[in-house]
Amino acid sequence: MDTTWYLVLSALLFSIGAGGVLIRRSPLVILLCLELMLNSANLALLAFGRNFGNADAQIFAMIVMVVAACEVVVGLGLIVAMYRRRIPLDVDENRGLRG
Amino acid sequence: MEQVAFFAGAIGALGGAIAVIALRNPFYSVLALVVHLFSLAGLFLLLHAEFVAAAQVVVYAGAVMVLYVFVAAYVGGFEEPLWDAIPGQRILAPLIAAALFIELSIAVLGSGLKSLGSEGAIIPAGFGSPEAIGRLLLERFLIPFEGASLLLLIAAVGAVVLAGRRPEAEGRIDPEGTKASEGAA
Repeated sequence: MDTTWYLVLSALLFSIGAGGVLIRRSPLVILLCLELMLNSANLALLAFGRNFGNADAQIFAMIVMVVAACEVVVGLGLIVAMYRRRIPLDVDENRGLRG
Repeated sequence: MEQVAFFAGAIGALGGAIAVIALRNPFYSVLALVVHLFSLAGLFLLLHAEFVAAAQVVVYAGAVMVLYVFVAAYVGGFEEPLWDAIPGQRILAPLIAAALFIELSIAVLGSGLKSLGSEGAIIPAGFGSPEAIGRLLLERFLIPFEGASLLLLIAAVGAVVLAGRRPEAEGRIDPEGTKASEGAA
């Protein structure tokens, strides 16, 4: 398979994730959409790594996975804390930081 | 054969991704993301990234998704309101996503890199095997590797601090949170 196919698929997945971040309100689903975007970036990295025959891209993908796991842990901790304090789990309701 | 595997993986990944943003129940969205991640692991295998594919299934589809399932079950269903917070949001957001896709496609297809239209370079035996990845991680990328472990430790401590049950110290730990909860009450 040509590398272009992988890159276009990765672009499509990234756009779906970005659209989901824009359209959904639940912070949990927004985190899931961020996962979609990070994984599409991983797919592009691995496709380029395969294309150039360079295994460094796989290390990059692993580090991206580590960062994604950290983001998930902190994000889910925030969601649990919001739920405990009876803050509505809706990103449009929480506008205290809006200027 | 490879084409069949690629399109099967691509359809699985795309279907999972669309289901994540289309399903209304967050719990089902999490399950759709598991389908997406498994399909993506198949694509990683096609790209000769065996170790990354295994890590994707074990760490991501296994551990991280269990965390998501627990939080989705703990927080419970969330009914998304039907009104748009920004007028026209439900029309504008897909338009922006489509524009982003077109832009990225132009960047990929118009890049002029000749090798993108081919299978790619001839790769050595053992490309992407655990041995090759381990050598790279512990020799060339030792400092990023240690930094990643430090980052994981900080994230674990941060999650415990954020989600821990500590009602008497709430004001001291997180003044913003108490203010917001007073406002909500």
